[in-house]
Amino acid sequence: MTRYLLQQVLHRGPVLLLITVISFGIMHLAPGKPTDAATQFNPKVSLEARQRMEQLYGLDQPLPRQYAHWMGRLVRFDFGRSFLDDRPVTEKILERLPITLTINLWSLLLILGIAIPLGVLSAVRPNGLFDRLTTVLVFIGYSAPSFWVALLCMAWFGVTLHWLPISGIHSLDYESFGMIHRWLDTGWHLILPVGIAAFTSVAGMSRYMRSSMVDVLRQDYIRTARAKGVSERRVLFHHGLRNGLLPVITILGLSLPDLIGGSVIAETIFSIPGMGRLFYEAVMARDYPVVMALVTIGAVLTMIGNFLADAGYAVADPRIRVESRA
Amino acid sequence: MERSLNRSALGAAGRRQHDRQRSWFVSAILVLVPNLFFSPVASADSPPPPTSGDAIVVGSIGDASRLLPILATDSASGDIVGLLFNGLLKYNERLEIVGDLAESWTVSEDGLTFTFHLRPNVRWHDGAAVTARDVEFTYRKLIDPNVRTPYSSSYELVQSLDVLDDHTVRIRYKEPFAPALESWMMGVIPKHLLEGQDLNTTPFLRKPVGHGPYTFVRWKTGELIELKANPDYFEHRPYIDRYLYRIIPDEATLFLELLTQGVDLSSLTPLQYRRQTNSPFMQRAYHKFRYPSFGFTYLGYNLQDERFKDIRVRQAINRAIDKQALIEGVLYGLGAIATGPYPKESWGYDPSIVPTPYDPRAAKALLAEAGWSDHDGDGWLDRNGQRFQFTILTNQGNEVRRQVAELIQQQLKAVGIDVKIRTVEWSTFVHEFIDKRRFEAVLLGWSLSRDPDLYDLFHSSKTKEGEYNFVGYANPDVDRLLLEGRRTFDHEQRVRIYHDVHRHLYEDQPYTFLFVSDALPMLSSRFRNVVPTPIGIGYNFIDWYAPRSEQRYHAVMQQ
Repeated sequence: MTRYLLQQVLHRGPVLLLITVISFGIMHLAPGKPTDAATQFNPKVSLEARQRMEQLYGLDQPLPRQYAHWMGRLVRFDFGRSFLDDRPVTEKILERLPITLTINLWSLLLILGIAIPLGVLSAVRPNGLFDRLTTVLVFIGYSAPSFWVALLCMAWFGVTLHWLPISGIHSLDYESFGMIHRWLDTGWHLILPVGIAAFTSVAGMSRYMRSSMVDVLRQDYIRTARAKGVSERRVLFHHGLRNGLLPVITILGLSLPDLIGGSVIAETIFSIPGMGRLFYEAVMARDYPVVMALVTIGAVLTMIGNFLADAGYAVADPRIRVESRA
Repeated sequence: MERSLNRSALGAAGRRQHDRQRSWFVSAILVLVPNLFFSPVASADSPPPPTSGDAIVVGSIGDASRLLPILATDSASGDIVGLLFNGLLKYNERLEIVGDLAESWTVSEDGLTFTFHLRPNVRWHDGAAVTARDVEFTYRKLIDPNVRTPYSSSYELVQSLDVLDDHTVRIRYKEPFAPALESWMMGVIPKHLLEGQDLNTTPFLRKPVGHGPYTFVRWKTGELIELKANPDYFEHRPYIDRYLYRIIPDEATLFLELLTQGVDLSSLTPLQYRRQTNSPFMQRAYHKFRYPSFGFTYLGYNLQDERFKDIRVRQAINRAIDKQALIEGVLYGLGAIATGPYPKESWGYDPSIVPTPYDPRAAKALLAEAGWSDHDGDGWLDRNGQRFQFTILTNQGNEVRRQVAELIQQQLKAVGIDVKIRTVEWSTFVHEFIDKRRFEAVLLGWSLSRDPDLYDLFHSSKTKEGEYNFVGYANPDVDRLLLEGRRTFDHEQRVRIYHDVHRHLYEDQPYTFLFVSDALPMLSSRFRNVVPTPIGIGYNFIDWYAPRSEQRYHAVMQQ
């Protein structure tokens, strides 16, 4: 196992390095500099002052040297400081991670909670009435642009009915609330963002679940189980579901990096200070340190996710283990 | 002895706060009692006295980045810093320069020496006195090459800054420079808290201590910035207790928040102002304001281009563009025709300049005089077999500019000029096209400071890559006037100089000045004492108040 791990690291290390080189290059190819917003098109800022700002941020150095600086810090696990507000990049990420994780985990739970039963029930009678009905509904959800659905929900639940807050994640007086009140307050603010995030993903997940269940239910052992008089309920949820879940678990493994990557659109519409907006704003402001940190973390997580998926297969399926040894 | 005990126990600031609050409370009762008896009469004749309390929730698209005046570059940071820190001087509601931290000031006869006398009673929010040393410290940091401030160029002409005593600063200049007065509106920063720190990275940037009407409470990144009234503010305690700056990055969301009164103050788009805020609820809950912004939209020509070198061509285009139609069509009428770089409210604006009327026929005549007419009968003007065709370049993401460009395209088509439009992402636009002079005409806007100095925009020396006379305008008379305007302190004389500049610019048409759009803030109607003036509505923010019965936020202030 240790050898296997070592192999993986050796294989994937160079890939990671390449990813950072390419992202660094692309980011710097984009026209504009991080100091532009503060200094550009402002007659009060002279040419000399602008050049001095660029020097202070090391932007006048040749690209390879800038990359070497960045790499030198990275090996010491230092992502540097943001060009936008001079705060440590790590601090900026950690500040935004909790809310993004919360939303993504809750919406993931919601997706699984809806998609799995939906998929299983559709698979019982493929192309039956229930299956067709859910197919139509699910595809409507899949095709509707999420920002538009979000705005409709905000207008309906927020403006017309006054049931839910429109945006933000805390009430204005959050600081003066007690512990439980704070939890409830955040939960109340998260209903719409989590609901919308789940809404559009239920489609894909329930289709995976359905097709995998349809395959599983055709297997001989299911027929055997039915033949020996096991109840239909037990056949579906005990014998069938276990195998049917395998592909879904793989997908979950691969979506590991998505957990920390927020959706720019949802976060912007709901005014949530999450990872998606951090990344988007950093790209727009050419805030290289933040962009590079997020790209690197994303790349590492994707690799870990791939690795976990591989390892998961190996654990679940002895045949794969044998092949990989050969 | 008792005094020193008191200080150590409560802190100087704490004690004074206490006194101040009590005396204010007493006076409020005294005024309130007669009001109880004669309220119908009193409310008819004079407005009720201001009541304190409540909070104002301001909606902003962007978050702040650094809460230190000399490093604040974005508008959100500027909004917050403006409530926490004051400068030596400020503009009053009539756009005149008046003292802020400075009680009085003098400018020497030759314009080379400014002497500022500071108010003696101003304190930092931590209780320390604001002194001339803080002003000196602010200046040192502004010119410190290691501080990442873009504002250093405004202080290049300062020869020396001397602290004469605790409340007097003398600043000597290398040469007279009238716009320099404006540069002393920069917020003064505390020496005793920032000395010896790296200003670029100090934690102070996120936990500022100022001396302004509001004190800092908390900042939740990307979410909210909260300030509370400073009971010790040297003018008077602001009536509104809390200032909540909510970051709402999406315009549609911001508008939905207005519909539920989740936000008290926000600026509107012309469409929202005209069409979407007229429901009975909105009319009742909000007041809309409208005043000209300090900025203008223009069509700038590359004056190196053979066709645009000819002044007749520029004047013809000025006649061929119907600016009122642009204002009606794009701004829903919420703007004014510009005849130059100043809005009507500016003292640099020469009211005797009459906008040349829209007259396509006169335009055609002028163009014919310059050799441009439809020789081959294809509907487009031509000269020496070349069709009059040029491209208007503008930046992506600005809907107003895109629409204006399209209207101009149509209007110039009517006189036979073939206009193409190209929109380019902002950074590319600046670096690849403006800086390298690779454009024929650009559609852009300037927002300018209140001082009418335009040296950087129109002086013939400012044409290097990255400088702002990118159209390449050169008029010796204007060069001379711009220099003179910078060296003259006498207001009447400066008025004459900038009226001349205005007139020259309108005659020469290096830009075709299109319009000045209106600022369109919308504010909850519960706030009183709000008066629109040339400088906007925010200048007397500390005098705004909400009557007790209409206050929305009753929650007590923390601490």
